[in-house]
Amino acid sequence: MLAFIIRRAFQAIGVLLAVGIISFAMFRFAGDPVNQIVSLDTPAAEREQVRRSLGLDDPVPVQFARYLVQSVQGDFGVSYQFRQPVSDLLAERMPATLELAFCATIFATVFGVLMGVYSGLKRDSVLAKVFQTISLIGISLPTFLIGILLIYLFAVILGWLPSYGRGDTVRLGWWSTGFLTLSGWKALIMPSITLGLFQMTLIMRIVRAEMLEVLRADYIKFARARGLTTRAIHFGHALKNTLVPVITIVGLQFGSVIAFAIITETVFQWPGMGLLFVQAVQNVDIPIMAAYLMLVALIFVTINLAVDILYTIVDPRLRSTIRQPA
Amino acid sequence: MTIRTRILAAATAVLLTGAALPAMAVTLRYANQGDLKSLDPYTLNETTTNAHLGHVYEGLTKRGKDLAIEPGLAERWEISEDGLTWRLFLRKGVKFHNGNDFTADDVIFSADRVRAQGSNFQTRVPAGAEFVKVDDHTIDVKLKSPNPIMNAQWDTWYIMDKEWAEANNTASPTPAAATTPSHAALNANGTGPFKIETHQPGVKTVFKPNKEWWGKAEHNLDEIVFTPISSDATRVAALLSGEVDVIEPVPLQDIQRVNSSSNAKVLSGPELRTIFLGFDQTRDELLFSNVKGKNPFKDKRVREAFYKAIDVETIKSRVMRGMSTPSALMIAPQLFVHSTDFVRPKYDLEGAKKLLAEAGYPNGFEVGMDCPNDRYVNDEAICQAVVSMLARAGVKVNLNAQPKAQYFAKVLKSGNYNTSFYLLGWTPGTFDSHNVLHDIEGCRDNPQSARGETNLGNFCNKKHDELTDKILVESNKEKRDQMIKEAFQITFDEYGYIPLHQQALAWGVSNKVSLPQRADNSVLLYWAQKKE
Repeated sequence: MLAFIIRRAFQAIGVLLAVGIISFAMFRFAGDPVNQIVSLDTPAAEREQVRRSLGLDDPVPVQFARYLVQSVQGDFGVSYQFRQPVSDLLAERMPATLELAFCATIFATVFGVLMGVYSGLKRDSVLAKVFQTISLIGISLPTFLIGILLIYLFAVILGWLPSYGRGDTVRLGWWSTGFLTLSGWKALIMPSITLGLFQMTLIMRIVRAEMLEVLRADYIKFARARGLTTRAIHFGHALKNTLVPVITIVGLQFGSVIAFAIITETVFQWPGMGLLFVQAVQNVDIPIMAAYLMLVALIFVTINLAVDILYTIVDPRLRSTIRQPA
Repeated sequence: MTIRTRILAAATAVLLTGAALPAMAVTLRYANQGDLKSLDPYTLNETTTNAHLGHVYEGLTKRGKDLAIEPGLAERWEISEDGLTWRLFLRKGVKFHNGNDFTADDVIFSADRVRAQGSNFQTRVPAGAEFVKVDDHTIDVKLKSPNPIMNAQWDTWYIMDKEWAEANNTASPTPAAATTPSHAALNANGTGPFKIETHQPGVKTVFKPNKEWWGKAEHNLDEIVFTPISSDATRVAALLSGEVDVIEPVPLQDIQRVNSSSNAKVLSGPELRTIFLGFDQTRDELLFSNVKGKNPFKDKRVREAFYKAIDVETIKSRVMRGMSTPSALMIAPQLFVHSTDFVRPKYDLEGAKKLLAEAGYPNGFEVGMDCPNDRYVNDEAICQAVVSMLARAGVKVNLNAQPKAQYFAKVLKSGNYNTSFYLLGWTPGTFDSHNVLHDIEGCRDNPQSARGETNLGNFCNKKHDELTDKILVESNKEKRDQMIKEAFQITFDEYGYIPLHQQALAWGVSNKVSLPQRADNSVLLYWAQKKE
């Protein structure tokens, strides 16, 4: 087991290195950071001074090596736009993104499972057809459009919910949370729905398909034959067995929810890491872009590793193959 | 009255006063497309940032609602006969937000700091200018050569507190390459009408009025909350739903919607920025063209043909939805008195075709065009319109529209002026014609000089440059204006550039708020009044 984890950890380092190399190779196409740092009427000599002081006149491999050495020591550089350490900026923005991703995932799971179970059990009811339509919308409409439609409906026309931002936040140590204020909760509703809608439809469809599958299984028939109540059959036996793939999906998708919060955060001006990243791309703020990409890669690698380890715990067959690698 | 009712009454009273208190405080919420990134006033020379910091910091001069120069931290100034010495009389009794007195030492310190490495405002103060303290509130500025417009940009050269900067180890400007965050990037200590209460870069900045400000407040605000909202649709939605009171900018396509809503309107007016097209007139062969062995743009007739083939009125009505002012000059009419003497040549497609034929291109030619797509109002759409208009004259334009980050990397000096035909916008930072004549229209031939650095196509005329040099030192206004007119006439006659228009400002303002709109697009809330 330990050997497996160590081996996977080495692979994870390899993935991070690859992400770093690819992103550094791409930054050259993002534009010239110096133009974003100084104004248009800045003399060329002053621009050169800035370029040299940022080390941008060095060849890309040298810049990459320098970045690696510094980031291993925990120094991710200073943002060109904000003139603050990138690690501080990311740490300040991370609670917003994590809270949003958490709420979106809860929303997606709860509603996805409920709707999935219902439309699996009552396939032909009107409500099930409505759910199917909603899921079609959720799968096909782009996130930004859903976000803007929600804003238009609930913020502009009805005036119930705020159209942007996080509302009032409370600081608990270094973590700023929106969970402790009313405006914080209100501000969370629309972004969570926007971000979670796709996951919700995914979960709903999986649960529905699994339910249909499971309900045909022999043990359900046997349970019916034994005269168990419908309720016990549906929720005690059928649902329990459909949840295994759902848990896997939710776990694996949590990484993508964080990574794809970029669009939702931009639409709702949600002060999270994704918004920071989008603005960094527009302004060619290489230190932020690099750190964010590495962080997202790290999140993905960690989640995957955790899921792999969980599998071995859940499924004993996998454990034996790990002990004796082929 | 029973005890219970008494308690109830007391509770109600508490609730009522509690509810009444926040209603009395007037909070103005303002959202801009861009961020307030660094609070250090010498870090980024950009209109939005300068306007934000103008609430907190002040310059020796100010600019009024009509952009006229007014006394700021300097009550008055005198220029010697030879124009080489300026005597500045500083305002007395002014205090910084931390309580320190404002004195001549702060000005001298700021003059050094603004010219130090890492400052983006180095040209605010002439390099050779020497600041000499006469007494605590008088300074002599000694110049190497006369400069009658030296104070033209001093309204955004913000004065910092020497003691505060030195105590906080921030005596030099926050350079882009700083390895440690500078105190001045996150904190501010100015003399202005507002103080910064909290600043979360990219999230929210809260300003509170400075009760000890030396001037008389023209606003009725108790708080300003600034939030950047980069998404156009969200920003407009926030205004329409009443969550914010002022937004800048309103995208052109939403102006109608804002105006037809019941709680907000769009303030619009001509902006100072001129949008124009430029040609590569220096290379012997264009980089992006099918014409080999020669450069068609060196031929004045080709430039004239391009000029006449472009219909600015159509661009105004179709692309800009009426929100532009077609321009004949490379400077906005508000900034130059004689600008009305220039009239744009009429749209003349047949004339353009004839000129092209005379120049030896009866079937036109192909040329690549560079255009930003996220810098100016509808920039890419303008370029597309130009492409189709030139196609009618037989010129095939291959458009390369890119985000500003890539666009500027390609066309500016750092990218070796890698363009044949381009669209650019320019506001003279000094609000004076000399800046345009020098930076945009000046010859690029001397690599040591900054002249013509933004003259991407190198339009060049020696007589024009001689005039520019005289204009810099001429202090007689009338004579100076005549010379400026003469210089602009040269560019105009040579078809050195194709000025298109001044784009319009579009601010979304709640009906509860009244706010003057300054033509340089500075949103200055210290002039704002809000009714509850």
